[in-house]
Amino acid sequence: MVIHKSTSEKVFDVFNALFMIGLIIITIYPLYYVIMASISDPKQLLRHEGFIFLPLGQATLKGYKLTLNNPNILLGYRNTAFYVLVGTLINLFMTSIGSYVVTRKHFHFRKLLLIMMTITMFFNGGLIPLFIVVQTLKIYNTVWAVLLPGAVSVWNLLIMKTFFEGIPASMEESAIIDGAGDWSVYWKIILPLSKPVIAVMVLFYGVGHWNEWFYPMIFLRDRGKFPLQLFLREILVLNQSSGATKATAENMMEESYFKELIRYCTIIAATVPILCVYPFLQKYFVQGVMIGAIKG
Amino acid sequence: MSTQLVTTKHLLKKESVGKTLIKNIKKHPVLYIMALPVFLYFVIFHFFPMYGLIISFQRYIPAKGLFGSPWVGLKYFTDFFKDMFFWRLIRNTFTLSFLDLVFGFPVPIIFALLLNELTSSKFKKITQTITYMPHFISLVVVCGLIFTFTRSTGPIAQIVASWTGTDITNLLGQSQNFRTIFVSTNIWQGFGWGSIIYFAALSGIDPSLYEAAVIDGAKRMKQVIYITLPGIAPTIIILLILRLGQIMSVGFEKIILLYSPATYETADVISSYVYRKGLLELNFSFGTAVGLFNSVINFALILMANTVSRRVNQTSLW
Repeated sequence: MVIHKSTSEKVFDVFNALFMIGLIIITIYPLYYVIMASISDPKQLLRHEGFIFLPLGQATLKGYKLTLNNPNILLGYRNTAFYVLVGTLINLFMTSIGSYVVTRKHFHFRKLLLIMMTITMFFNGGLIPLFIVVQTLKIYNTVWAVLLPGAVSVWNLLIMKTFFEGIPASMEESAIIDGAGDWSVYWKIILPLSKPVIAVMVLFYGVGHWNEWFYPMIFLRDRGKFPLQLFLREILVLNQSSGATKATAENMMEESYFKELIRYCTIIAATVPILCVYPFLQKYFVQGVMIGAIKG
Repeated sequence: MSTQLVTTKHLLKKESVGKTLIKNIKKHPVLYIMALPVFLYFVIFHFFPMYGLIISFQRYIPAKGLFGSPWVGLKYFTDFFKDMFFWRLIRNTFTLSFLDLVFGFPVPIIFALLLNELTSSKFKKITQTITYMPHFISLVVVCGLIFTFTRSTGPIAQIVASWTGTDITNLLGQSQNFRTIFVSTNIWQGFGWGSIIYFAALSGIDPSLYEAAVIDGAKRMKQVIYITLPGIAPTIIILLILRLGQIMSVGFEKIILLYSPATYETADVISSYVYRKGLLELNFSFGTAVGLFNSVINFALILMANTVSRRVNQTSLW
């Protein structure tokens, strides 16, 4: 089909493209700024005001050296790796068995469990009752307080359930005739057929754990168990909001020559891993949102 | 006679339900074992906390627990209604949510529509990949970026100062700026990602509709109004309902990261107050009461939104 474009449509196309380029710049610039600042000369960086387009002074990797030797950052990375790995495994296990049982026609409490889950989507006990439950279970200040309260996201479970419902019943029927029990059907038939949705779940839950800071903040006291985000908060947020006035900000500058530089390097060190993998995984994320959308 | 019949029938049925259950469990024991952890999870981490809401009617003493603490009736609720910050919290919660909704909700839709009009599919892909990216930056880092850009040496503070002709200041230190910063950075972080769902809806529209429109001589603007928008309307409505259901929670994690006593005037919302009073000042019962008040209003809002939407155009969550 040949489409003839009128002049006004051509004008629109040009403006639309320019608008998109503008959006791209707005999206990218903050990160670009941080990257340029992170390799700037620390002395000039302290004095600098306003935009940065190129590294100030002689480019240096000194800040990265200091950042990567910061014991808190290393500890945070290690703890976060643990939370992402173990947390996501727990999430996957719980979400998939949950989806499995609620898609079994012969499961007597199918409806009950679904109703229970739906209720939790619209109503919850709130922060303090959850805190009391965590204390009562004696898991306060343990890794379990970070891993367990969010073990299942109902939203994710519904995405997985939708996927399981799409698996042809004939696949499992033949296995059942061969004498396979529920566990074998789940483990040997359903899970291997669900790789795409599992990939989506790994990403959703994994990114969730990577970003998590609020529950670790209220449920952990011991700094040795802090995830990366809590150390980042100390460096990036508390520093700033505690010294919200200009006077203290200036004191801070005198205090430490490298503080500014480290700030920028920390942002990059904490963001780059996820931004590097993201473009390759983008299609799975989009897939996940779409399965969710069909469900919604 | 007939009553008796019904009763026996009822009994028979009841017995058979119990029997089938036992038979079912005996036949599929593994299934019930598999269901157990999920069931326990929801009971422990969702229903116990709901039960724990009773402490908002008690003067909760941790040592005495949920069962031994003395009852105080509605004391903590009336305390909250009389709280000097009550109206400020209500006002801030609704204002921030409302602004976030009014400015934040349409942006992904408009963006998806404009993106859909791009002629080069490669350019479209690049734009998508880049604009989804901020979604993956952690909230703590985003707030770090906000601090960096809005403090007195930051580029945004500099621009604002030169445009308005005022002194360069730390923007986040002043309560009148909090709303703008909160809402605009939410949009920055979320508009790309938020557009995915609309983009999916757009690709679901039957292309023959457009072909027919072109034959009828409809211009692109007309096509958008008469085909595209109606095509994604159900998605928009569902997301709007879901969004209304979150009105009372207004991204309080971000608020807690960004606010300071200097900006409480515009930044402090009900959920951040719950956190401060309940967990920082350890006033468990009061905090729970405030939280319960928040949830009840929230729930009422979802019900309302759902009912209205069902009446108006047959689209609803349930």
